[in-house]
Amino acid sequence: MAKFDETPIIKDPAIEGILTPPALREHIASGVRCWPSKEKDTEKINLPSSLVPDWQNKAIEKFAELLDKNQALRVYMDICVRCGACTDKCQFYLGTGDPQNFPVARAELMRKVYRRYFTTGGRNMPGLNDSADFDEEMLHQWYTYFYQCSECRRCSVFCPYGIDTAEITMAAREIMSSIGVSTKYVTEVVAKVYDTGNNLGIPAPAWIDNCQFLEEDIQEETGLPIRFPVDDYGADVLLVPPSADNFANTDTMIAYGKLFYKLGIRWTTSTYCNEGGNFGLFLNYENMKKVNKRIIDAARMLNVKTILWGECGHAWRGAILTPTLNGPMDMFDPPYPYHIHQMLVKLLRQGVFKGQLDKSANDHYVVTYHDPCNTARAGQLLDEPREVLGYCVNNFIEMPRDTIRENTYCCGAGGGLLTDELMPIRMAGGKPRALAVKHTQANFLSTICAICKAQLPDSMKYWDVPVEVGGVLQLFTNALKY
Amino acid sequence: MESSTVIWSLISYFLIGLAYFAALAFALGMLGKLIGYLRTPMPWPEVTTPAPTTEGGAVLRVLGDVTLFPNLFKADKWLWAGAWLFHIGLAAILFRHLRYFTYPVPSLVLYMEPVALFFGYLFGAAALFLFWRRMALPRTLYISNIPDYIALALMGGIAATGILVSTWAKVYLVDVKAFMLGLLTFDPVMPPQHPLFVIHFTLVLLLLIYFPSSKLLHAGGIFLSPSRNSPYQVQIAGKRHVNPWDKPLR
Repeated sequence: MAKFDETPIIKDPAIEGILTPPALREHIASGVRCWPSKEKDTEKINLPSSLVPDWQNKAIEKFAELLDKNQALRVYMDICVRCGACTDKCQFYLGTGDPQNFPVARAELMRKVYRRYFTTGGRNMPGLNDSADFDEEMLHQWYTYFYQCSECRRCSVFCPYGIDTAEITMAAREIMSSIGVSTKYVTEVVAKVYDTGNNLGIPAPAWIDNCQFLEEDIQEETGLPIRFPVDDYGADVLLVPPSADNFANTDTMIAYGKLFYKLGIRWTTSTYCNEGGNFGLFLNYENMKKVNKRIIDAARMLNVKTILWGECGHAWRGAILTPTLNGPMDMFDPPYPYHIHQMLVKLLRQGVFKGQLDKSANDHYVVTYHDPCNTARAGQLLDEPREVLGYCVNNFIEMPRDTIRENTYCCGAGGGLLTDELMPIRMAGGKPRALAVKHTQANFLSTICAICKAQLPDSMKYWDVPVEVGGVLQLFTNALKY
Repeated sequence: MESSTVIWSLISYFLIGLAYFAALAFALGMLGKLIGYLRTPMPWPEVTTPAPTTEGGAVLRVLGDVTLFPNLFKADKWLWAGAWLFHIGLAAILFRHLRYFTYPVPSLVLYMEPVALFFGYLFGAAALFLFWRRMALPRTLYISNIPDYIALALMGGIAATGILVSTWAKVYLVDVKAFMLGLLTFDPVMPPQHPLFVIHFTLVLLLLIYFPSSKLLHAGGIFLSPSRNSPYQVQIAGKRHVNPWDKPLR
């Protein structure tokens, strides 16, 4: 087993110097907002398309409902002491200097409303209790700043009570979506999932085409008969990749193919559900559940033995919720839910790849690893990717301690922010990560999340960090001998 | 009857009435909050990883949070030092106050008597530091609101009057104890005729009344934070997290 504690880790001071919290510039980021949702999308996902009549009361009713349904929300509305520990921890504040992007300030937008309508003090003496009406101005602030949060949970790691702003953001977005306020990007993606089975809206024939194209490509390049089976009834494994892997990050898709070819596993993707990344997480419970159910349904339709989740952060967050959302998974082989890197680590420890790996194949790279927020802080996948890298990479360097593992910075575009109109926020939020990568002087930034793989090349370029972005599995299959 | 005697008996009746009201308000307020928290389910696994995988580990994690503030230590060393000393001082002071409520007084309480005042000063100094930090850092000044200042002012006032009645204008211990035991046995007697003590005691009662509707709830809430108090058992067979209010999809 690789001893990753012994790999060189750059100690903090240098990066601390660069990342001094910026001066406060109130509402500097308030102009950066998502496009509002379109009716063609909202009607497909059972949401009102525009602000409903009597929206203030409807919103407060929904708020009351969520307070009764979610212990985290109820507790987190009460117990914050505004100590300020989180204020310099959010990448969106560090990038923009807008104090409304302090996790506590973001949450206070919701707490002010909570105190106004749900506490004795706030109902009777709103001024003395820092309470505020849920009016148009407040809704505007909610829409702006709850869509400048990537639900990455970095703040919860530094909060003495573990207050998780992601839960608060999710609740705020659920309330807003129930009164007809949602974003074009998120609603469009969820609607696409119901239409085509994936976030990118790739129709089944195009998906099959892509897979055949990849097969021919690899055959030409390597001479290996690597297959990318689609809808193969009775396969052993249903792979649930992020659909971007078959479109933008084809290196990762090829890596799945090579790995399963090497292992001789009969695997398949499904055209009913070729997407792991669950955008319902960024919208509301009902859609989160519906989107996630497609995975189980696809697995049943194809009668597979087990489901493997691919390199996708929000997919893994959804995977963790699967038994809760969609019922026990005991019709599948345990363990479940199962991540491809967990399987890989198990096989590596069993010695399955003994003598089959040539680390020097990656010697032209100095590799560093970016922990996606959801695998690190929601999914306990901290050691597995590092262990895999330990088997297939000679030159590995960790970023500074306060930017990796559970302290990892979000790439800047998670949580439904990966959309063009938010580019200023995305680039600002990507700054801490970019500076940390720059500090390592690595030339390959590996990660296991499709959103990170989409955002990081842009943000690295923007912050002038010359680095290639790719998957961990891609490096692993580079080193694999056939 | 002299007018000062009349005023003192009025103050006494007010204080005794306020004491019972505060006790009731605190008990009912906290009970209400607690029932609210406990009957609300956590609908999905919410734990922040890396997390312990056993219930015992989760208990240890919460105990660590309560006693050592590890997250705060990671976040900000100065804040950690201030907050930790503040709470240690507070715990020691509360423990020491047992000598006003109990008979016989536990011997440990008596043993700490020589250093008791030190904790009083520690608590006051830490409160001042936290207040200064709140005002001096632009980031904390920005997020501070009136309830933050109310809580700090109450705490600071209690600390200051508490130190004063133990040093500068000492209150007679036997009188205090008679008064407290009288309250506790529902057989109230007159409080000590000592203005500073009356202020100290009144501020404590106001704090008790304020407690259940304030951020001071973090004292109980820290045990109930789902991101910290649950183990990560997603992949352990038979440990499925069930959402009680979930409905089947239409």
